[in-house]
Amino acid sequence: MRHETLAGQPRIPTEVSAMTAASPNVKPAYLRIANVWKAFGEFHALKDISLDISEGEFVCFLGPSGCGKTTLLRAIAGLDLQTRGSIQQGGRDVSTLPPSQRDYGIVFQSYALFPNLTIAKNIAFGLENTKRPRAEIEARVTELLKLVGLPDQGNKYPAQLSGGQQQRIALARAIAISPGLLLLDEPLSALDAKVRTHLRHEIKELQRKLGVTTIMVTHDQEEALSMADRIVVMNHGVIEQIGTPTEIYRHPATLFVADFIGEANKFAARASNNAVGIGAASFSCAAHDFDDGTPVIAAIRPEDIIPHASGSLANGATANAIDVTISEMEFLGSFWRTRLHGHALGNETLIADFSINAARRLSLVQGVALTVELPAERLLIYPRGA
Amino acid sequence: MAMALDSALPVGRSLRLRLDRDELIKRGLMVVIALYLVVGLAAPLAIMLSKSFSTYSFNLANFEFQVSDKDGNWGQPVTAAALNEKLDAVPPAKLATNSDGRLQATSFFPDFSFRSPVKYKIRGTTSDATYLVGLKPQTGTEWQELTSNDFRRVMLRPSRALGLENYAAYFSTPTLFRSIENSVFIALVSTIITVGLAFGFAYALNRSCMRFKGVFKLVAMVPILVPSLLPGIALIYLFGNQGMLKDLLMGASIYGPLGIVVGSIFFAFPHAMIIISTALAISDQRHYEAAASLRASRWRTFWTVTIPGARYGLISAAFVVFTLVITDFGLPKVIGGQYNVLAVDIYKQVIGQQNFEMGAVVSVILLVPAIAAFIVDRMVTKKQVALLSARSVPYQPKPNRGFDTLCLAWCSLIAVFILGIMATSQFAALVKLWPYDLSLGLKHFAFDRMDGGGWGSYYNSIRLAALTAVIGTVIIFVGAYMVEKTDGFRAGRTAFQFLAMLPMAVPGMVLGLAYIFFFNDPANPLHAIYGTMTILVVCTITHFYTVGHLTALTALKQIDQEFEPVAASLKQPFYKLFARVTVPVCLPAILDISIYIFVNAMTTVSAVVFLYSKDTTLASVAVLNMDDAGDVAPAAAMAMMIFYTNAAARLIHLFLSRVLIKRTQAWRMR
Repeated sequence: MRHETLAGQPRIPTEVSAMTAASPNVKPAYLRIANVWKAFGEFHALKDISLDISEGEFVCFLGPSGCGKTTLLRAIAGLDLQTRGSIQQGGRDVSTLPPSQRDYGIVFQSYALFPNLTIAKNIAFGLENTKRPRAEIEARVTELLKLVGLPDQGNKYPAQLSGGQQQRIALARAIAISPGLLLLDEPLSALDAKVRTHLRHEIKELQRKLGVTTIMVTHDQEEALSMADRIVVMNHGVIEQIGTPTEIYRHPATLFVADFIGEANKFAARASNNAVGIGAASFSCAAHDFDDGTPVIAAIRPEDIIPHASGSLANGATANAIDVTISEMEFLGSFWRTRLHGHALGNETLIADFSINAARRLSLVQGVALTVELPAERLLIYPRGA
Repeated sequence: MAMALDSALPVGRSLRLRLDRDELIKRGLMVVIALYLVVGLAAPLAIMLSKSFSTYSFNLANFEFQVSDKDGNWGQPVTAAALNEKLDAVPPAKLATNSDGRLQATSFFPDFSFRSPVKYKIRGTTSDATYLVGLKPQTGTEWQELTSNDFRRVMLRPSRALGLENYAAYFSTPTLFRSIENSVFIALVSTIITVGLAFGFAYALNRSCMRFKGVFKLVAMVPILVPSLLPGIALIYLFGNQGMLKDLLMGASIYGPLGIVVGSIFFAFPHAMIIISTALAISDQRHYEAAASLRASRWRTFWTVTIPGARYGLISAAFVVFTLVITDFGLPKVIGGQYNVLAVDIYKQVIGQQNFEMGAVVSVILLVPAIAAFIVDRMVTKKQVALLSARSVPYQPKPNRGFDTLCLAWCSLIAVFILGIMATSQFAALVKLWPYDLSLGLKHFAFDRMDGGGWGSYYNSIRLAALTAVIGTVIIFVGAYMVEKTDGFRAGRTAFQFLAMLPMAVPGMVLGLAYIFFFNDPANPLHAIYGTMTILVVCTITHFYTVGHLTALTALKQIDQEFEPVAASLKQPFYKLFARVTVPVCLPAILDISIYIFVNAMTTVSAVVFLYSKDTTLASVAVLNMDDAGDVAPAAAMAMMIFYTNAAARLIHLFLSRVLIKRTQAWRMR
């Protein structure tokens, strides 16, 4: 099953995946990771990871802590060698090369700026020893400072800059040597929320401008969704899904992905022909290949649930509609989060997000009865057990 | 399918990083420094250990003789054993000897005369039997023909066996093994008193609002700058046979346990004070606020918050003091009188009786408490670190007149003790002829008129201190860098770390003796450095390696671990990062290491007392030797010279630190 996902074919085929799946007419892979394992004694931090990244792509490794994303990045950088498997970069086998013989720039969460060197000296660090004339180095430093939006800060020391500014300098230092690959290890995690959002945008812009192939490790789904061309979702040392942000979000390949990215209602359910039974109710859903009666998990995102005035849909007219009452309402600024209970659901609670408009239109308050629709194409079905 | 993949790693070899030049240089450097530690520490200790188990005896069955008559007709060959049985020339008890033992071959020939025309033949019955003809060692089973005149100069050499006889001899000699009890007793009493005094002092510094804290801190550090011989000399001037305050002792003698304990308190005090002060400084204000909000009394707060918070500091201080006292040699040598302790026993066995094997036995015995204390200290220090990393709010003392006055009194008392010892020593150095002519003068500083090496030994000491400070700091810092900032090569790094920690557990006397065994062996290619300044430098660096290593490690651990990866990704060699970032950032720690080594090289006696030669006499050893020769005043003068030098070095260090830090650490200011 997972292999299908790895090949870029989510279980539920959609218009999006057809567009971006790794088709042969795309550029050949710039970075090719094949069957990489990392063992720490008995513990396997990476299990048979294979992944292709094209030139100029911005890829995020996303997953909870301990999922192996940083281990994979460090293997690519040659900082923690993989136990098995190969890594090719730009057609060159770099599997066992030391960091100094690979071609990448790296930015860490801690910035890792040299505290006793000025900003300009920090950026110039990688440019020295390259037999470049001093004037050229200075010109390049000035250019880079301008590029990261800190043109007049060259003579300051790192401690005199804010965290966001320091991280931009770290970025400038990493790209100073024009590396083929840019590795970002949780670069925004140490920053304030506001600065983070701002810098997220800037890094993305810079990456687009330079066209440098970039891998960013993050545990922040919002960061991954907003910045990446493709996201690699990892858990327990394996890749759960690779796909564009919309693919990942709209069509999570596994229950883990559905749960980790965004939120999802989950119900123990039973598969039947093109449908799924939750409690007493049966809902039609997209085609699946589970046998009738197989125990499954049905999931749906809170924002995919459509509210209707109570009784406005004749029961049975739309198979996926059920009658519920609102037992709790929580105001979350841009929308209402509601907890719904209904006869058809048995003891289960359905969490649904309704827009402010919808709530106003339907006069939703606590205790009100309404009908909700669970659109068939938004119902996600996953195997149960394991 | 995915489940199947999870199950197992594909068979095959794990990948290994190809080594680049950087990594090769790093490993090379680490190997060089590890080799230094092996040669300077592990190998000598191993040899010493084996020496302690070596016994030497003359095996008479190993030698065979033949004697001719006047006309040159040879008689039957006969072994020395057979001759001895007949003659009883050498009683069995005399057959046991040490590694240096010699037995004249003529002992077996009562009618021997060197003028006689009789000729002798000698050979070994085994291939390893050794004898000397004159100074030339001979081995083997070939007959050797000698005239009577040459035969007179034949000496049989003992053969070596492994066994516990040395230990048996040690423990059956009460004068020897009583030293264990003495040493432990002295160390225990000194530890209890010193830790108690130091705790009060540190408590006053950290928890009261008394005045003159800066002055007290300064005074408490003074004993570090002087050799441990100095308090001994001062105490003799104060309470010795002609002492100024002798009557205060009411008949008790300062020579012996009393003098050793009082002197030990003097030189161990700063070490205990620093450790306890650090432990008290990290305590959390919030605990005290919580205690106050629970209406706990001061007394209860002290026992439930203060003491538990500082307990690791107290335990650590206790073990450090115990080790310092039990391994110290200078003080009991000067003031111990007839009271034997282990460290002095080593000296007596080796220098006095030339019994190296017994010296090795005492060394091994002295190693036991030192290593035990070291292990406990390491365990405790680890826990203390865990305590430190917690985020705490520093304690802010509030003025309390009664309590502050009490603290001031306590600290003043200790300061008077320390300064009193220093003043006495200064006085002893200047007064013309105690106790008859009390006018002052500099005549005792004319060291060239005394034994002990004169001013030359003072300059040697400065040379030694400067050389060890520079070379030692480089070796220690580079070694610590390799341990801390190298990836992979884990086994090598662990071994290195162990070697670097080991010197702390090895008393100076033991190290010095081990050096004799190792370097004074003509078969050792490094024999050439024996008796030179080089061996003193090597020994002193090794002796003080651990503290410097730990200081360097602490500083290096505070540097971002990602610097090396960043530099490698920027394709810059590690030594560029090292020179441009690591060293400048660690400069304060580097300066601390060098001053620590300098001061200790000036004051140390224990290790070097076995290793100096007439060209490399040292000031600290001169103090010892002049005192031994009865020139106590010049000894005090030399001890004061060491103090002046160290005080000056400290001042220069302070000044240098300020200037360098201002210049290289501009980034620390915001």
